[in-house]
This record gives sequence, C-alpha cells and structure tokens, in this order.
Amino acid sequence: MKIVSIRDLSTRLGEVLVHRGVNLELERGDVMALVGGSGSGKTALLNQIVGLRAPDQGEIRVFGQPLHGGGRAREAGLRRRFGVLFQHGALFSAFNVFDNIAFPLRELRVLDAGLVHDLVMLKLAMVELLPRHARLMPAELSGGMVKRVALARALALEPELLLLDEPTAGLDPDRSDSFVRLIRMLGEELDLTVLFVSHDLDTVAALATRVAVLAEQRILAVGSMAEVTQYDHPFIRNFFFSERGRRALPTPT
Amino acid sequence: MPPQGRRGSLRAAAMPAPQLQVRTLADGAAELTLSGEWTLGALAPRIGTLVRALNEHPKPASSIWDCRQIATIDSTGAMLLWRAWGRTLPPLLSASAEQLRIFERIAAADRQRAFVSPPSSPFEWLMNIGDGALRMIRQVLDFTDLLGRLLLDSAYLLRHPGEIPRREIFANIYKSGVRAMPVTALVGFLIGIVMSYLSARQLRNFGADVYIVNILGLGIIRELGPVLVAVLVAGRSGSAMTAQLGVMRVTEETDALAAMGVSRSLRLVLPKVVALALTMPLLVLWTTAIALVGGMVSAQLQLDISYGYFFDLLPKVVPVANLWIGLVKGCVFGIVVALVACHFGLRVRPNTESLSANTTSSVVIAITAVILVDAIFAIATRQIGMPF
Repeated sequence: MKIVSIRDLSTRLGEVLVHRGVNLELERGDVMALVGGSGSGKTALLNQIVGLRAPDQGEIRVFGQPLHGGGRAREAGLRRRFGVLFQHGALFSAFNVFDNIAFPLRELRVLDAGLVHDLVMLKLAMVELLPRHARLMPAELSGGMVKRVALARALALEPELLLLDEPTAGLDPDRSDSFVRLIRMLGEELDLTVLFVSHDLDTVAALATRVAVLAEQRILAVGSMAEVTQYDHPFIRNFFFSERGRRALPTPT
Repeated sequence: MPPQGRRGSLRAAAMPAPQLQVRTLADGAAELTLSGEWTLGALAPRIGTLVRALNEHPKPASSIWDCRQIATIDSTGAMLLWRAWGRTLPPLLSASAEQLRIFERIAAADRQRAFVSPPSSPFEWLMNIGDGALRMIRQVLDFTDLLGRLLLDSAYLLRHPGEIPRREIFANIYKSGVRAMPVTALVGFLIGIVMSYLSARQLRNFGADVYIVNILGLGIIRELGPVLVAVLVAGRSGSAMTAQLGVMRVTEETDALAAMGVSRSLRLVLPKVVALALTMPLLVLWTTAIALVGGMVSAQLQLDISYGYFFDLLPKVVPVANLWIGLVKGCVFGIVVALVACHFGLRVRPNTESLSANTTSSVVIAITAVILVDAIFAIATRQIGMPF
C-alpha cells in the first residue's frame, strides 16, 4: 500500500495554474524530499496532502484513503495518523510548551492526566529538550527550540507519516544540522515515513532517500539523489550543480 | 515467532486489539501475556479497561510478563506498561530487543525528570497585591510616556510641518469617521425615539407636553450625543486600533519602523489621535441631529407637537452654549479613546492571549475614562448653558 499517492493533480491558486497533472507516490519507509523553486507550489502541494485544501482536480490518497468526505470521525481518524511540522512551528501562542504537546493527546479525550504528562515528558526528551523547558511560552523560545517543540507536537499521536514544511528554514547551519540529525534518528527509531519540502540542498542531501523535483507545474523527476541529478533540465542543473550545490553533494559527478 | 516489526504490513488492514491474558501458575505467580497492537490508535477506544486490568496486579515485580506476542508497540503502549510496572522494568520480562529499546528511551526520559516546581510562599496574597500595584504604576508611567512622546512629536511637527503624516490622518478620518456614520445614525435615531417616547408619557401626566423639546434638546445635545458616540467609537474604532497596533507588534512591524528611523508614536499613534479629535465632534453633531429627528418624530406622533413648532422652540429653550459643550466633549472623548486604544495596542506581547486581553482592556478602560471625563465636564460646566 502506498502511504501517499497523488494522481493527476491540478491546482489553481487564483489566476495561476500551479500544478498540472502532478503524479507522486510515497512508499512506506521513504524519506522523500520535495524540491522546487520558489513559487513552484511545494507548500501548496503539501497543504493538499495534509487536507487543508481539497484538490481542485485529480486525487490524493493518504494511507489509501481520500482525505475528504465520509464523516468527521473518519476524517479525524485519518488525520491522526500523520503529523505535520509547519514552517514557522505554528505553536499555539497562548499555551506553554507542555500544553502545546499535550493538546493533541487531550483531544483524544481518553487518556488520563498522569499518562498525558508522562507522554509529553517523553516526547520532550525525544526531541532533546529538558523538562524545565515545558513551562516556557512559545514567545520565549529560540527558533531551533520552536521547531523541536513543533516536532514533538507532530509526533504526539504516534504518527506513521511525518510531513515537514521547510524543516530547517531560519535555523543557522549548526542548528540546522542537529535538527536534521534529530529528524533522521527519530525517523529510523519510530519507523516513520517522511515527506519534506526544502530548498536547502544540505538538508536534502543529509536527510532524503528519495528526491522529487517539482518544476514547470509537474513532477520532473523522482528517484535517489544520484538518479535525479542525471536528469538534464535547467532547473535541476541550477539547483544541484550551482557552486553551493557542488559543496553539498556527496559525490561530485 | 510472531511478527516483530514495529509496523506490520497488516496494520491498516486489520488491527488486532491489544489484549492481556492472565494465567496463574502452580506456584501462585501470575503470567501475563500481552498481544495485539499496543499503539495509541488501537489503545484509545479501550484504554480504561486495559489500565484497570493492568492495575489489578499489585505485584508487577513478581509476575511474569511476556511481551513477545505484541505485534506493534509505540511509546504510548510502552508508557502504559511502564506506569503499571511502577516505572521500572520487571525482573521477569521477555521482550524483543526493539521493545526494550523503547522502554530504555522512556527510562532515559525518566532519569531527566528533576521537575521541581518552586514552593508557593505563604505571603503569596501579599505578593499578588504588590504585583498588581506595581503593574498599575507601570501602566500609568507608560501612559505618561506616550503622552510625553506625543507632545514632543507635536512640537516637532509645528517646526517641520512638512512631516505631518497627512495620508495616515486622512485614512484614519475615513476609517473611524466616515465609516462610522451609518451605525451612529441608526443608534442615535433609535435612542431619540425611545427617550422621546418615555418622556412624553410622563410629561402628559402633568400637562407639560411642551417641555419635551427642553428635555430632548438639553439631554441629547449636551449629554447623550457625545457619550453615545464615544461609546460606539470606543467599541468600533478603539478596538480596531488596539488590534492593529497589537498585530503590528506581534509581526515586528513596529520594530521595523523604529529601525528605519520612523517614530512609531508620530506615524502610528498621532494620526489616530488627531483623526479622532477631528472626527468625533463631527460625529457628535451628526448623531445629535439624527437623535433629535428621532425624538421629533416620536413627539409628533405621541404629543402632536408639529415639526415646525419643535424647530422653532429648540433654539429658544436650549442655549447654543450646550452645542459647544457637546462638541468640545466630543473632541476630548475622541482624544481619550484614541490614546487609550494606542496605549493598550503598544502593550501587546507576541501571543494571542495578550492580544485579546489588551483589546478588551482597551474598550473597557476607554469607556470608563470617557464617563469619568464626562463627570468632570459636568462639574466644570455647571454654570454654563443652563436655561434657568
């Protein structure tokens, strides 16, 4: 079963046709990077996979099921099976760190307070934060900590699929490296399937097992880093073989 | 051997429910066999019964625990067991290496826990009072600071009239003045009708029908018009100003302005204050007129006082000084509302809670301040404009 399958997806944002016939499949255990230029509709695609936007045309299935329709309970149940890390964290600013991570757990309305507390503390430790950070408000956190807390919240419901929008944007190279390492470690440990959007080549090279290139309103190429870079296209040349790109690629071709 | 992978490929197709089987051995010890999916999704519907079943075994340490039949376990399932075991691994446990890794992770998180909440002081009530007092003083100081800045800005603008933020002032006049005209007119008209209707019934009892003009004229022009408009504007424009400044604080727009060397009090606060100071008297005039029309309509219907007679009598029984008092009040109320709104807008901290709290305070304090100022006006002008 495919974790995510997108078939013939077309998206129109206002007057602009962003996607035309996008096809993409995500297998269990994949760590896929979705790359593309600014404005190529990466985030729009991610939002549709998450279900924030219903597809205009075409079909998106997550865990083999469509995201929309079939009643609130079915939709909610399906959405609990994946976690999303938004670009700016999207922490609830009125809650402290503890309550932010506890929120999805409490929404289940079956776990008692003691268990929720223990689970939150466990997630906090998993993203390498300290117990005392639990009481901080989002406004008091640094950029790297916001991402970690948001990751802990995304992992709260033990998802099988993790979707990340620009996981390392706005982090300095050092923080960015350690965040990538954390995602990779958790991904292996929790057996996650990961789809992430990034235009940072270092992040892509360090994290992804497969790369999908979104350009010219469609998926240009999908495959391992080596396969994708074989494909001859101005965007791919630009993205992977610029001065910056050569530095990030493990084996220069 | 049962499948050991954390996520069997069968997971989505059929989720075997988490199960707990208890067998009492010959020597009296219990053997507990766990099987099925111990994941959050599978546990959630039946977590109550499972927790109860787990807690029925008061001696987890002397029981035999067999986890090898568990198809999938995640940290929620593991945490459930961990809590039943009293936060330690039982000595008689058979589990796969993968499962042990999860328990090890929980144990590591437990070791970190040195969560000391500071003890609450017996003098907490005193600290709260002091805290409140300090906060109030800080509010007053901040407000004074804002006033001072505005005075300095005004002095600066007098010397450099080219830098008067005209566009912002005009935009604010349009937003808080022109756009407020329909709602103030509607409310004014209705209040005029209600006041006239109620007064007319009383006056008729005494045969003092004509005095309806005195009551409406004096009451609406001097008192009700300005206060009514101030309350409406505080709710309508004051809250909008606080929210706007607040969001600009949250998105660091005010900081960006300051970094470009643009004074935020000059560019953001002053135009709002000036705009309300200019539009409020006009709104008062407009609302007062409409309220009087409402009163006139009602008086004509109830007491047969013709429009012409009402018009004739009004300037004779209500000295024109009352109109001036009403307009000056409007101007002052406008300044008060804008200042309070901006004060609270600039106090917003970058979170949603603070934004809503400050917007509420802004409206409540603005209305209270308007009523207070109105009382001061009433005392200060008690010799002026009274017909008798």
